[in-house]
Amino acid sequence: MASWGKQLAHLEEKIKELEIFAREQNIDLSGEIKSLQEKAKQIREEQNIEITPWQRVKLARNMERPTTLDYIEMICTDFTELHGDRLFSDDPAIIAGIARLGEQPVTVIGHQKGRSTKDNIARNFGMPHPEGYRKALRLMEQANKFNRPIITFIDTPGAYPGLGAEERGQGEAIARNLREMSGLKVPIVVVVTGEGGSGGALALAVGDWVCMFENAVYSVISPEGCASILWKDPGKAEQAAGSLKLTAEDLKKAGVIDAIIEEPEGGCHLDSKEMGKRLAEHLEEIVPYFQKMKPSVLLERRWERFSKLGVWTEETQAQKKVSQ
Amino acid sequence: MALFRKTRFSQVGTREIKNVPKNIASKCPECKHVHIEKDLSQKLKVCDRCGHHFSLPAKQRLKQIVDEGTFRETDPGLTSVDPLEFPGYAEKLEQVREKSGLNEAVITGFGKLEGIELGLGIMAPEFMLGSMGSVVGEKITRLINKSREKKKPLVIFSASGGARMQESIYSLMQMAKTSAALARFSDAGQLYISVLTHPTTGGVTASFAMLGDINIAEPGSLIGFAGPRVIQQTIGQKLPEGFQRAEFLLEHGFIDRIVERKNLKKELALLLKFHQGGEKVG
Repeated sequence: MASWGKQLAHLEEKIKELEIFAREQNIDLSGEIKSLQEKAKQIREEQNIEITPWQRVKLARNMERPTTLDYIEMICTDFTELHGDRLFSDDPAIIAGIARLGEQPVTVIGHQKGRSTKDNIARNFGMPHPEGYRKALRLMEQANKFNRPIITFIDTPGAYPGLGAEERGQGEAIARNLREMSGLKVPIVVVVTGEGGSGGALALAVGDWVCMFENAVYSVISPEGCASILWKDPGKAEQAAGSLKLTAEDLKKAGVIDAIIEEPEGGCHLDSKEMGKRLAEHLEEIVPYFQKMKPSVLLERRWERFSKLGVWTEETQAQKKVSQ
Repeated sequence: MALFRKTRFSQVGTREIKNVPKNIASKCPECKHVHIEKDLSQKLKVCDRCGHHFSLPAKQRLKQIVDEGTFRETDPGLTSVDPLEFPGYAEKLEQVREKSGLNEAVITGFGKLEGIELGLGIMAPEFMLGSMGSVVGEKITRLINKSREKKKPLVIFSASGGARMQESIYSLMQMAKTSAALARFSDAGQLYISVLTHPTTGGVTASFAMLGDINIAEPGSLIGFAGPRVIQQTIGQKLPEGFQRAEFLLEHGFIDRIVERKNLKKELALLLKFHQGGEKVG
């Protein structure tokens, strides 16, 4: 590694140390931290360093990163959590309820990772069971009934692959959400905040507007899963992260997402307040925009948005005959 | 007691069979009987000893299901590209096209089943394990839309390992696209029968395969969201016997019926006839 690389790594380590120290001792070191962050920023700019896809995967999974609940608390008021799918149980890996965005009541739903290891175990690391998806759908249908916009937060490694999940129809639960979300007559705004893990992420992400945090990732399979299936070597995850084109920038180019929300220098875990502010500003602009749309226009637009996704070539019948 | 532990059968025979090329004989994974491939194909690829259903190539399925000479394929020229320049994907596509004689992992079109005109989608397990990329998603979406416009019932045979990794996010989006198309199809009051065959997993299970008005499965088919290997790795224990098989899904309420391959056409005709001549009420 070049000397600037070492310097940068050293700086980042120091920043983290200071943060932990400041929190534990309850003293204000924000001035010191800020000056170090400035320095790190300067080095990055000088070297014109691009963060690699694999580094983004790691940032997206960072335990320090704010969770859905943190964002809801930062951007909304009066959050009232609602529980249960009315069929089997309540899945703590998905959090849902009603809150206010400014004055506007909204239904908020998102994958919930734990804030600590203990919490993370209780939340199953943000990996939902079918009842989580069914709770989400129940509350989205409720939002539809009371004409409330829906905001979803995406942050999951994926739907949980376990015995109970399969017994209770993980595939069916996800499929049903995809079908039903395409027809809800209220605006659905999707925010990919961290990990967008495959079908388990998509099951909350069929919306009118999909925005993504700068360091969030979104793909059909985890880089580790891809590497071990295709190349029989989970060690090639870094390479797979590049091949999967899972960064916000890649997905914006592909037309899969509509906007990228920039993160504070070094990632949103370093300044969650600022991230919350940026997200709130974005949502306060986007949600009213879609609320003004007639439901028929909204639905047609949502259908168009998803039906055009994909890449292929098309030989016409005439050409086909010639080539045969 | 060594006498009783002796293997009663010589192993020589098995060794000889192992040397037979793959396309000449197939061993039944259930009863271990070795079938001559030509005979097996004549029996719809079902083991006549134990009833095991081998996976059926798309063209054979089509031949079994559709009335002779009535099928008109739609969008045969829709072809996969390598949008992400994924390592090895373009070469893989070329190889599989040559080997399977198919253009993609699904055949779509319109034809007749015992005289009833219908939209028909048949996934090809022999084409990259029937994985769903942009083309599979688009062909199925167009089939759903055309069936809606023509007011025809729709039957899709699934057989898929899931989303096609090499097209990453585009593959994932096909799940949303096909499901959204089915919502519009259903709102128009039309009938969709999903037939799940061995194996149907991942993104296909979690989209159009599970969304039938009626879900049918072939006996013994593996049907699930996560693959058995992934689950086993996650929970660190052996999976129970029969887990994620068609019979397991029937027991847990996710499919309506299990139908043997030889009865499929008859049974589909029966179900289609229940819904004939019925425009949406109201």
